[in-house]
Amino acid sequence: MVHFSAEEKAAITGLWGKVHVEEAGGEALGRLLVVYPWTQRFFDNFGNLSSASAIMGNPKVKAHGKKVLTSFGEAIKNMDNLKGSFAKLSELHCDKLHVDPENFRLLGNVLVIILASHFGKEFTPEVQAAWQKLVAGVATALAHKYH
Amino acid sequence: MSLTKAERTVILSMWDKISTQADAIGTQALERLFASYPQTKTYFPHFDLHPGSAHMRVHGAKVVAALGEAVKSIDNIGGALAKLSELHAYILRVDPVNFKLLSHCLLVTVASHFPADFTADAHTAWDKFLSIVSCVLTEKYR
Repeated sequence: MVHFSAEEKAAITGLWGKVHVEEAGGEALGRLLVVYPWTQRFFDNFGNLSSASAIMGNPKVKAHGKKVLTSFGEAIKNMDNLKGSFAKLSELHCDKLHVDPENFRLLGNVLVIILASHFGKEFTPEVQAAWQKLVAGVATALAHKYH
Repeated sequence: MSLTKAERTVILSMWDKISTQADAIGTQALERLFASYPQTKTYFPHFDLHPGSAHMRVHGAKVVAALGEAVKSIDNIGGALAKLSELHAYILRVDPVNFKLLSHCLLVTVASHFPADFTADAHTAWDKFLSIVSCVLTEKYR
């Protein structure tokens, strides 16, 4: 089980408080679909994904990105029990959505990059390290119920 | 996987900006690597890895200079990095997984320094470029 120190929790929640979840969610999911186009395989019904601008402006991408990041925010409230928090979602991603867990790692890293671009100097190596731990923990938790 | 013309253009134009802070960017990328992925420090037992150390600055500068060589010969990255490829295969033998980790930390560093330039298309181009560099550096491993 992942354990977060007090400093790591502070680094994460401190930054999270300043994140515009709706905007950042759409950006993260959009960038995933642009930078790693094979991830579009899960979103056939999202309409126009034909170019970077189409993807970043796509309302379904934005809405789904917001959903994903909101769920992330819930996890941040339960950093000491990520596996428990994501148990149901893990089953969903395996049994219904059939998503390769590698995609959770890709999205986690894209999120880190977006935070870096939003927060610049404030996103220090130490803050990044705490966030890498979190996104890795979330990815592992989401994969935990796979069978 | 190879770079499109548009991707090459993006990289060349961003490189002009990046090269003005090349050393700082290289050093910071390494700092991020060692902070987020402490296992990568095992390749540097002989270094002082404290942020700002001479070792960190010199090595960071070296890494970015090599990327600069690849950018200069963006149509022939394999040729530009042939010697480095041999070095990594026969002497350094850094496990291939680590190239992804350093590439990610380079992207994070570039994104934090040049957010306005680091569009989704630029992000793609840089991710691809670093993948290609990583491939070249590991292609002689076996």
